[in-house]
Amino acid sequence: MKIVACIKQTFDTEAKIVVGGDGQISDEGVNMIVNPYDEYAVEEAIRTKEKDGGEVVVVTVGGDKAQEALRYCLAMGADRAFLINDPALVGADSRAVSVALAKLLSDKEAGFDVIFTGKEAVDDGAAQVPSQLAARLDLAQANVVTDCEISDGKATATREIDGGSETLELTLPALISAQKGLNEVRYPSLPGIMKAKRKPLEVLSLADLGLSADDVASKVELVVAELPPARKAGQRLTGEVDEVVAKLVQLLQEEAKVI
Amino acid sequence: MSIVVCVEQRDQNLRKITFEALSEGKRLAVASGKTLKALLIGSGVAHLADELKKYGVDEIAVVDNEALAVYTVESYAAVLAAYIVHETPALVLLGHSAIGKELAPRAAAKADCGLVSDCIEVSSADGDYLFKHPIYAGKAIGSFKVAGPTRMATLRPNVFPIEESEGAAGAVVDFAPEIPAAKVTVTGSEMSSGDRPELTEADIICSGGRGLGGSEGFKLIEDLADALGAAVGSSRAAVDAGWREHAAQVGQTGKVVSPNLYVAAGISGAIQHLAGMGSSKFIVGINKDEEANIFNVADYGIEGDLNKVIPALIEKLKEVQ
Repeated sequence: MKIVACIKQTFDTEAKIVVGGDGQISDEGVNMIVNPYDEYAVEEAIRTKEKDGGEVVVVTVGGDKAQEALRYCLAMGADRAFLINDPALVGADSRAVSVALAKLLSDKEAGFDVIFTGKEAVDDGAAQVPSQLAARLDLAQANVVTDCEISDGKATATREIDGGSETLELTLPALISAQKGLNEVRYPSLPGIMKAKRKPLEVLSLADLGLSADDVASKVELVVAELPPARKAGQRLTGEVDEVVAKLVQLLQEEAKVI
Repeated sequence: MSIVVCVEQRDQNLRKITFEALSEGKRLAVASGKTLKALLIGSGVAHLADELKKYGVDEIAVVDNEALAVYTVESYAAVLAAYIVHETPALVLLGHSAIGKELAPRAAAKADCGLVSDCIEVSSADGDYLFKHPIYAGKAIGSFKVAGPTRMATLRPNVFPIEESEGAAGAVVDFAPEIPAAKVTVTGSEMSSGDRPELTEADIICSGGRGLGGSEGFKLIEDLADALGAAVGSSRAAVDAGWREHAAQVGQTGKVVSPNLYVAAGISGAIQHLAGMGSSKFIVGINKDEEANIFNVADYGIEGDLNKVIPALIEKLKEVQ
C-alpha cells in the first residue's frame, strides 16, 4: 500500500492573533504546530501501514519552516516527506494548494492507494483542500470521518453529517478526511525522532513539479484581517434562586426577545 | 448575470439554511442588479420548487434524476459544476452545512472558481463582492475578494435573516447534465434520536461543561433544552471526559454555532470554547465560580449552583409558557 497524508503547518491553537500594519495576520513569534486534524490523518496513515504494510508519504505546501512539521510526522512513523515550497505559493488559496498537491500526486508520486487529510485546518477554517484535491484527482472521498477500515481495495468510512452519521463504501484510490475521534494520536518516541533526521525529505519548487506560477494563481485574496469586536460583560443577576430565574426569564422575554 | 443558490434538501425536506441563502441571495441580487436563480438537485424533488418561489426566485433549475436519490458529494458536485459552467453566474451561494462545506469546494475545483467558506457577511460594490469569513476560529475576521467571473461562498447557518419576497417569475426549467458513475456507496446512516433541533441550526442551545460533574449531569441540560426547544451542546472538557459525544462539542475543535440564545452551564469559558459560540446573539452563563471567564462575555450571568438554578429555571419556563 502506498499511503499519503497531507498536512498543513498552522499556528498553535493557543496563539494570540495579531494583525500587522499591512492588515495581514502576523506570524512573528508564533509557535507553529501540525494542524490538529492533520495529526489524526498522519496517525491513521501510519496505523494503516502497520496493519497492511507499505509506506507512508507525508506532503505539505509551505515555507522553509514547514520542514519542522514534516520532521514531526516522520518522527511519528511516516517514511518519506515532500515540501512544495515556492515564492509563487506565498499566500496561496485552496485552489493553488490543491493544484500543486494534485500535480505531485498524479505525476512524480502517482500510484497511491489512499490519501488521508484533516477535515479542515484550524487557521483558515475553510475545509476546502480535501474536496478540491479529491476533485482534481477524480477520487471518491469521505469527509469528517470518525471510523475507517481499509481492505480488499475498498475503504469503509463512518462520517459525521448534520444530525447523525453515515457509512460510506469507497473504491480505492480514495481520499479520507479525518475528524477528531478517528484515533488516538501518538507522540513521537525518542528513537523515532532520531530516525526521522535521516528519513528523506525532498523540497520541490513549482518548476520541479512542471508547474508555472500561472497554474497556481490564487482566485481568493485576503484583503484585510481585523480583530472581532470584543464582547462585553453584561449584567450579573443576584439574589435568591427563585428571584434570579424569574428575572432571567423576564429579560429573555422582554429585553432579548429570544423566548 | 445571475446569483445562484444551490438548494439543500434532505429526504425531500428543504433545510433552513436554504431559506437563509435565498434571502441573502435576493438582497444581493437587488443590490447588484442580478437575477436570482435556484438549483434544486435530487430525485422526486420537483414539487419543492413551489416553496422556493416565496423567496423571490426568478428561475428554478431542477435536476431530477434517480441516480441523485442518495446524496454523494461526487455526483452532486458534478451537477453543480456543470450548472456553473452552463450559467456562468456572478455568485453561487450554499450553506456551510455538512453538505455545503464539501460540495462547494469539490464543485469549485471542477468549475475552476474561487470560493470563500463560512461567510458571516457578503456585500456588493462596484460589480464586485466582499466576503467576511472568521479565521483562526473567530479570533480574527478576514475580508476576502474572489476573482471572477464566478465567485462562490458558503454561508454560516443562523446568521443571515430569512425574508420572503414577492414579484419574481419563479419559472421552473429542467437541467439534465451527465452524472458520473458512482465510486461511493452509502451503506447506512443513523440519525440522532429525539426531537431536538440540530446543533448548527438551532435557535437556542443549552451547553454543559465540567461543572456538571458527570454524564448524568447532562440530564439537567437535556431537561432545560426540552423546556426551551433547544439543542444540546457540550464543552471540550465534558467531551474529553467522555460525558458527551464529540458531535455535541462547541468550540475551536468542535462546532461553530451562532444561535439567538446560548446557555452555558458549568462552562468556565475557555478561549477555544468562546471561539465556537462567541457570535451567539445572547449568552447566559451559569457558574458557581464568580471569576469564571464566561461572565466576561455573558449578557446575563448567574453565579450559583447549577443543580439549583437549572431546575428552578425549568419550573419558571413551564409557568410562563
